Amino acid sequence: MLPFLSVSELQAQLRSKAVSPLEALEALEARIAAVDPSVAGYLNRDFAAAAEAAKTADVTLPLGGVPIAIKDVINVKGQPCTCASKILEGFISPYDATVISRLKAAGAIPFGRTNMDEFAMGSSTENSAYGVTHNPWDLSRIPGGSSGGSAAVVAADEAFAALGSDTGGSIRQPAALCGCVGLKPSYGRVSRFGLVAFASSLDQIGPFTKTVRDSALLLNAISGHDSLDSTSLKEPVPDFTAQLGQDLKGIKLGLPKEYFIPGTDPQVDAAVRKAIAQYEALGAEIVEISLPHTDYAVGVYYIIATAEASANLARFDGIRYGHRAAEAANLLDHYGKTREEGFGPEVKRRIILGTYVLSSGYYDAYYLRAQKVRTLIRQDFTNAFEKVDAIICPTSPEPAFKIGDRSDDPLRMYLADIFTIAVNLAGVCGVSLPCGFAQVDQRSLPVGLQLIGKPFQESELLKIAHAYEQSTEWHKARPTIG
Amino acid sequence: MSAEFDVRYTAGLARLHLSDEEIAKFQAQLSQVLEYVDKLNTVDVSSVEPTAHANPVFNVVREDAPRDWFTPAEALANAPRQAAGLFAVPKVIE
Repeated sequence: MLPFLSVSELQAQLRSKAVSPLEALEALEARIAAVDPSVAGYLNRDFAAAAEAAKTADVTLPLGGVPIAIKDVINVKGQPCTCASKILEGFISPYDATVISRLKAAGAIPFGRTNMDEFAMGSSTENSAYGVTHNPWDLSRIPGGSSGGSAAVVAADEAFAALGSDTGGSIRQPAALCGCVGLKPSYGRVSRFGLVAFASSLDQIGPFTKTVRDSALLLNAISGHDSLDSTSLKEPVPDFTAQLGQDLKGIKLGLPKEYFIPGTDPQVDAAVRKAIAQYEALGAEIVEISLPHTDYAVGVYYIIATAEASANLARFDGIRYGHRAAEAANLLDHYGKTREEGFGPEVKRRIILGTYVLSSGYYDAYYLRAQKVRTLIRQDFTNAFEKVDAIICPTSPEPAFKIGDRSDDPLRMYLADIFTIAVNLAGVCGVSLPCGFAQVDQRSLPVGLQLIGKPFQESELLKIAHAYEQSTEWHKARPTIG
Repeated sequence: MSAEFDVRYTAGLARLHLSDEEIAKFQAQLSQVLEYVDKLNTVDVSSVEPTAHANPVFNVVREDAPRDWFTPAEALANAPRQAAGLFAVPKVIE
């Protein structure tokens, strides 16, 4: 069945003319109609426009004729972009994000919008104003977040691939919980222009795919300097598929002792340790390392990310776009009401926290101190990468939890990100890939392996990920939805 | 430090109205978060420079040249209220 193919497999079919881009799109449409009522990964699809694009698609292009799902935080001209928030209900993007114009130039067809935590704030996709997304492996569980829709639609074969954004783990954690490959590129690798900003010093766009090769293909298409994003770097963009298939002789993988802690679910721990043993069998050398400031990462993150968010979300004022309160006594009342009505509880919490840590009298104690500890966290990685080529650890301390389990316990929810957050603070790259299953309530729940790479060394990182993937069968497993 | 944390006052700074119920709830939840982040006070940062973002790039500018961008109609297309080809704003001068 067509929708079960990876991007690379679909490309082969398109290029041999065994299948036309329109047939591929229609097969995907049928699959979405069959399973999305259960998964609820999409907020919106535009098959009419996608069909027009498919009819003229050039399949010789790098992603020619491949439909791609897009997290509802990245602007695609003419499509809705709500960030899963009521404050942007009805907003239609007047322009393409740089990643979208690059995907289109590579022949891809961005056709649908995936659900997420409102403004990418959350780890479960329960913070969406438009309903929860269900994990395809167990519909009573969360898909992770904040890019939960993108992870779920790829895992459920309702998309060949998707884009998400990762500020503290929002690509890697849902990829782990749904059993797909999620890549957070190095900060500055991919343009953020047209990505609705959450925390600008941490946000990065990246792909969700069924295989590591597909991840490299999508990264090829979206990477590179952009004059419209001053934080995108003028680093050369290699062909990220070039090193795939190379062996792991001489590769050193670091095992950070701070990431192997008692709080981790025993089945997650066991699956990750088995993957580490597999890496040894593949010829990699395992070296114990230390990232001594790990314990402070969540605290640093929730100061810096909320501070940046409180500033970024100031643009939602009910004037130029978005929701506007019907009646207001004066200007301040207009702002206050518009934002009260438009934002959901988690966004409000983070605006309050971010405003507080930046406010007069508290800036030095919270924000400046957090920025200094961020320096130490970054140095931890710099020091570690002098000894090893990549770091290996779990992506998430636990498999997917039940919908509703901790939606009213923000601190507990924040701690779900302990293994992913430091990567964003340091600006390095990281990937999550399937490494087994945990058996919970007679269901198989995916477990993710996280590999962390040196800044701008995604080629090396993907090579290491690919070697493991190809030596196991995990990436071939598919959920029975229902 | 978090003893001085006041949700009502902070919400005012953020131009965000909250219900009394939300204020009470956020006060409790965010006090817990602030208590958690207080662990950063145990780190010696006396000789550490702050990191604003991961890459050392500064003062990035591009040529100040006009380029194709929104037409006025496109810029106004998402405005909740508009008049005479302009964004309609609330009255700001009494």
